[in-house]
Amino acid sequence: MSRSARELIIKLFFFACALVSILVLGLIVIFLFMEGLPVFHAVSPGDFLFGLEWYPTYDPPSFGIWPLIVGSLVVTLFASLIAIPLGIFAAIYISELASPPVKELFKPVIELLAGLPSVVLGFLGMAVIAPWLQETFDIPTGLNILNASVILAFMAIPTIASISEDAIYAVPQEFKEASYALGATKFETTMRVIIPAALSGISTAVILGMARAIGETMVVLMVAGGAAVIPESIFDSVRPMPASIAAEMGEAPFRSNHYHALFATGMVLFFLTLAFNLVADYVSHKFKEVGSATL
Amino acid sequence: MSTLVSRSIIAGLSFLFLFAGVSLAETIVVNGSTTVLPIAQAAAEAYMKQNPDVNISISGGGSGNGIKALLDKTADIANSSRFLKDGEIKMACEKGIFPVTHRIAMDAIVPIVHPSNAVTNLSVEQLSLMYQGKITNWKEVGGIDGKIVIISRDSSSGTFEVWQEKVLHDAKVAPRALMQASNGAIVQAVSENKYAIGYIGIGYVNAEVKPLRVNDIEASAKTALSGVYPIARPLFMFTNGWPSGNIMDFINFLVSPEGQDMVKKEGFVPLY
Amino acid sequence: MMRWRYLKQTLFFTIVRAAALVIALSIFVFIAYIVFKGYRVISWDFLTLPPTDSMTKGGIMPAILGTFYLTAGAIAIALPLGVTAAVYLSEYAGQGGLLRIIRIGINCLAGVPSIVFGLFGLGLFVVFLKFGSCILSGSLTLGFLILPTIIGASEESLKAVPQTFREASLGLGVSKWQTISRIVLPAALPGILTGSILGVGRAAGETAPIMFTAAAFFTVKLPSSIFDEVMALPYHVYVLATAGTHIEKTRPIQFGTILVLIALVLGIDLIAIIIRSRIRKQKRW
Repeated sequence: MSRSARELIIKLFFFACALVSILVLGLIVIFLFMEGLPVFHAVSPGDFLFGLEWYPTYDPPSFGIWPLIVGSLVVTLFASLIAIPLGIFAAIYISELASPPVKELFKPVIELLAGLPSVVLGFLGMAVIAPWLQETFDIPTGLNILNASVILAFMAIPTIASISEDAIYAVPQEFKEASYALGATKFETTMRVIIPAALSGISTAVILGMARAIGETMVVLMVAGGAAVIPESIFDSVRPMPASIAAEMGEAPFRSNHYHALFATGMVLFFLTLAFNLVADYVSHKFKEVGSATL
Repeated sequence: MSTLVSRSIIAGLSFLFLFAGVSLAETIVVNGSTTVLPIAQAAAEAYMKQNPDVNISISGGGSGNGIKALLDKTADIANSSRFLKDGEIKMACEKGIFPVTHRIAMDAIVPIVHPSNAVTNLSVEQLSLMYQGKITNWKEVGGIDGKIVIISRDSSSGTFEVWQEKVLHDAKVAPRALMQASNGAIVQAVSENKYAIGYIGIGYVNAEVKPLRVNDIEASAKTALSGVYPIARPLFMFTNGWPSGNIMDFINFLVSPEGQDMVKKEGFVPLY
Repeated sequence: MMRWRYLKQTLFFTIVRAAALVIALSIFVFIAYIVFKGYRVISWDFLTLPPTDSMTKGGIMPAILGTFYLTAGAIAIALPLGVTAAVYLSEYAGQGGLLRIIRIGINCLAGVPSIVFGLFGLGLFVVFLKFGSCILSGSLTLGFLILPTIIGASEESLKAVPQTFREASLGLGVSKWQTISRIVLPAALPGILTGSILGVGRAAGETAPIMFTAAAFFTVKLPSSIFDEVMALPYHVYVLATAGTHIEKTRPIQFGTILVLIALVLGIDLIAIIIRSRIRKQKRW
């Protein structure tokens, strides 16, 4: 075999391996559709998405996942309210304030936080935070939106902090120097020069952090309380989509409508996170800073 | 690169072979209801001690999961806290599988409240109205003035199904009910909340919560077995056809006096 | 005016520092709490015995081993695939639209929720391919879960190999493939290793993907083939916390299991972090 033919075969082999990710993504979609779509024989897509009642085991069952979707969105929203400022502040701290040795120490700490298994955080919420919340606020249950949001926030912080830090780090040194030369304080430089310049990266970080929170399973399964209702207060329990799937999959009779409904819920969750990721990708490419020459 | 790839493949394969053939023991795969888990586990432990050449593997995906595994022939025994459903029977026929039912224990479901709660007895009717959200204050049933916090099992659990069938008579649970994923979680929630009511398998009652009488009948082994206590159900193991060999032996062990002792120790109601 | 500007700065930076402190402190307090609650049950027996007496006594050996098998299987699948994919992306691919699609694909795969991976594993491996719930299904599911992590880390370290290395080799008439396998990959190996270690840590700590694909509640003997179910540390934590008759009695064991799990996962991560910082400090080029 000629050398160039061999090189071509090798190249094709590597190309094929690179396509595996796409393939897996495709397979995920195919299998979610295959097992999820049959539910629409039993319920219309509109009633499925916007139905207010999730009573999958009743006769006749109701497969309305709107409370589940709202549950997911609500915990993600509150988690973001906590995680976005903390995450961005942590990024500013690392890139602008920390001395090199502190930085060396603090960055791995953030990474370790990212590495904490979610089941452990869920356990913490269930065994420690929930009883405490119940006592302190004299509420019916500590397994509620507040508890789940706080824990989800800590799972989203590492994503937000590390990607924001990369973005801030990528802001050209000349920008800062120019700003200082104009007599701006460090604070003014950070707020008016660095953060605006890194904004696309920071937005990406925020979106990916939210995607992480919305898809997280064990924490919401163990901590969110599991009531499939539209919540009225931050102390109400909710049943986010991943929790519903994880809790009910085992009990649903194989290939029953309930089983299909759970796969269809997985579809909704998948496309929701996919949308988050595509937006993040778009933002990071569209507004990419390519050095000082772009301005 | 080729060396790297082949090395990792070899490493992967040798890791796979590492434990292929480590143990030649016969494995009985048990899958299904989380309610039956403690019984199955205790029995398996004792059985394996007596028969060291048998390996029993137990998972608790849920009743539906267990029956699915039995129909797929990936499990030898399916634990279930309910009988087969229509769809499952149909599927079994299609697959040429004949699930045989073994009753292995009784499970009585008991309403529980906080120990400080003055209420000691509720009728099935009152329980039903409470869970539908039509009785909302403890004073309506003779307790203190306080809003009732209803705690329920997950709508997909076997325990919930019994509650739905025997107490609610297929009425819908108030959506405000807090859904918990396990008996233990309900005990924990009720023990920490003096306005709460929950329901659990009789085996899970402990000193932290107060069991209620239902229709003036106390939940006990005797009342559950005789059918006097209204909220009780049998627990099943399904096998594919009439079992033989070790599977038969294991089920026989479970229904023997020794096995039923274990059922009792785990807090369920033995068959005799 | 000037003073106000500096006051504002001080105020803001104090908040920023406080935020960083809150994050660092909470992780420290958390780990200290787990260690404090869990260290008493850790013993040689706890690590080497199976659970007994309905999980209230004994150890967690089958769960440790199960996690080991699942993780080793996952890395055996993800490492070769991930490294080859990274080689394509960094060494062969041009700048075309296809490359962009592949990249988006990898990013999206990285963002797929773990429970969706669980559903995918259930649909494809357990049901469609009829593997059943077993080590193989669980390893494949976890393998695809960590694939993007490994591709990302490998690509980054391949890109860090100076272009001059490649040019020198190609200039000597060496083929592209040989350049990659003899020059580029060895130079990038430490970085690739770091990435895979991080992948291992991720795989070892995941619960949702193995719930329906591999995890057993209780099995004491060693698995006899890759078609057996296994116990796993994270799943063990979950079932101990939520199922079983004796939740209170198993609390010490729960904390012990958590301690072992986070020691394992954070230990693995820490090793990767240390190796990486070493590499960064002593770059040979």
